[in-house]
Amino acid sequence: MQNMIIKGKVHKFGDDINTDDIIAAKYLVTNDAKELGSHCMENIAPDFIKSVSPGDIIVAGKNFGCGSSREHAPLALKGCGISAVVAKNFAGIFFRNAINIGLPFLELDILNEVSEGDLLEIDLTIGKINNLTKNKFYQTQAFPVFLQEIVKDGGLINYVKNKK
Amino acid sequence: MPYTIAEKILLNHTDKKDILPGEFIEAKVDLALGNDITAPLAIEEFRKSGVKKVFDNTKIVLVPDHFAPAKDLRSANQCKILADFAGEQKIKNYFEIGCMGIEHALLPEKGLVLPGNLVIGADSHTCTYGALGSYASGVGSTDLARAFIDGKCWFKVPATIKFIYKGKLKKWVGGKDLILYTIGNIGVDGALYKVMEFSGPVIRKLGMDDRFSMSNMAIEAGGRAGIIEPDEITFDYVKGVYSQQSIDHRKKKKLSTVDRLRWTALKSDKDASYEKIYDWDVSDLEPQVACPHLPSNVKPASELSAIKLDQVVIGSCTNGRISDLRLAAKILKGKKIKPGLRLIVIPATQKIYLEAVKEGLTEIFVKAGGVFSTPTCGPCLGGHMGILTEGERCLATTNRNFVGRMGSPKSEVYLSNPAVAAASAITGKITHPGEIA
Repeated sequence: MQNMIIKGKVHKFGDDINTDDIIAAKYLVTNDAKELGSHCMENIAPDFIKSVSPGDIIVAGKNFGCGSSREHAPLALKGCGISAVVAKNFAGIFFRNAINIGLPFLELDILNEVSEGDLLEIDLTIGKINNLTKNKFYQTQAFPVFLQEIVKDGGLINYVKNKK
Repeated sequence: MPYTIAEKILLNHTDKKDILPGEFIEAKVDLALGNDITAPLAIEEFRKSGVKKVFDNTKIVLVPDHFAPAKDLRSANQCKILADFAGEQKIKNYFEIGCMGIEHALLPEKGLVLPGNLVIGADSHTCTYGALGSYASGVGSTDLARAFIDGKCWFKVPATIKFIYKGKLKKWVGGKDLILYTIGNIGVDGALYKVMEFSGPVIRKLGMDDRFSMSNMAIEAGGRAGIIEPDEITFDYVKGVYSQQSIDHRKKKKLSTVDRLRWTALKSDKDASYEKIYDWDVSDLEPQVACPHLPSNVKPASELSAIKLDQVVIGSCTNGRISDLRLAAKILKGKKIKPGLRLIVIPATQKIYLEAVKEGLTEIFVKAGGVFSTPTCGPCLGGHMGILTEGERCLATTNRNFVGRMGSPKSEVYLSNPAVAAASAITGKITHPGEIA
């Protein structure tokens, strides 16, 4: 089961961050999360990788993960050490992929509330974010029950196996 | 309870009695698709599950099209994973080089998608088949792996936005312009997690290739599907597909009046509820171009005549069909492209390739100074066959113009219909086709 408390520093991105931004198509010749992670955000933020520590959190605007269906995008984020994404909302396929591979995310518009490098603590079970740097709280809804079950089982494939 | 066509199709694939937008459902799919980028990851997940056999070897489609014919050693490995899996699992619909094509042009052409079907594909442009009156939606590799196991997929039932197009389209304006206009109007998240239903008198007159272009780009507005209610044009298309000798990939079916009536009756109920309805008169619409770096950054082609180009690409799952090539050839016939510009024409499937050769279109492209490629997604996603270097600018009939989409993050991609692309290849800058033809 997924660890439901996440702690890490903030990396900010804007609106409509697409899957080509997250991982360019030319790197889609492997399923290896670490290798994919080493090119994460390369086209739009070449120095991003150098600044990520394991456990860090991305905070973004609307429509995060729009574009292609590549599951390599959430894999690349995981592979470079990102532990969760908080965005105003997510594109449909990215949303599915994140659930299915167990990359935690929350729908919440806090882009203007947080600063680059702020330390956040997220409790996924209750949808609460604590900004330890600014000493502020942000609240969103917890995951729908159906999705919580997939996350609890450790991803879609386990969920399907457990149902059988 | 009144339903939209999307809700009807989803409901038909569950054992539920009713369905509501926002609800999570598990549904049986008619077809599950993967390609050389997404299927290897799905196959890896499938193997990890310990399940030995796929749920149904006739309902899985595997197409090496993105980096195929293999552009390098690692792509060759990816393609081989597909071929090996297809062999081992006796997948009926595996399309090797020589019978392949860009998946979203290939599947309808092979009669693999029918009105009313529920299709998932580990490729975002799976929404293309909505043009046939099916519910078709892009998913991820793990979703595909799950479908391999039990033929099912989870859905959060989307609400539907209806788009009504009225009036009479001007010359050189088609499905691509309608969808670019739509995305420009509502934005790249204007249909986020919604179904887009394209309707109205203008849609009823559109041919299938134009309809495919429209449904294809529903995802660029965030749409989970882009559906057009089936009509006589849809039926005639499917009938045409089935009458060909080449249809050997799905159980042969003789189409009857019953099918015609069933399909053309598959419509949204009159009192179905929509999240929103857009009602547009498109009589004044000019050919549209999406400027860097979002498909929503749309302007009329005539306002962009100062934009100089290094490359023009005509092809892709959006606009690589025969009517697209005919349109481009009509403009390029007897003309030469601008010296120094590169024109790359990519028919979407082998069938289209052969038609283009037979009709003399290939000769027109080559004599104009262009190249004519084997089917591949190639440059559309920056794979191969026309990568842009720093500072270069391309006008493409493709679907995305994100930063670095076609190569260098310092290159630029503009998106248009095939007529604008062909006219622009002649002048070397973005050109309204009316200026040439």
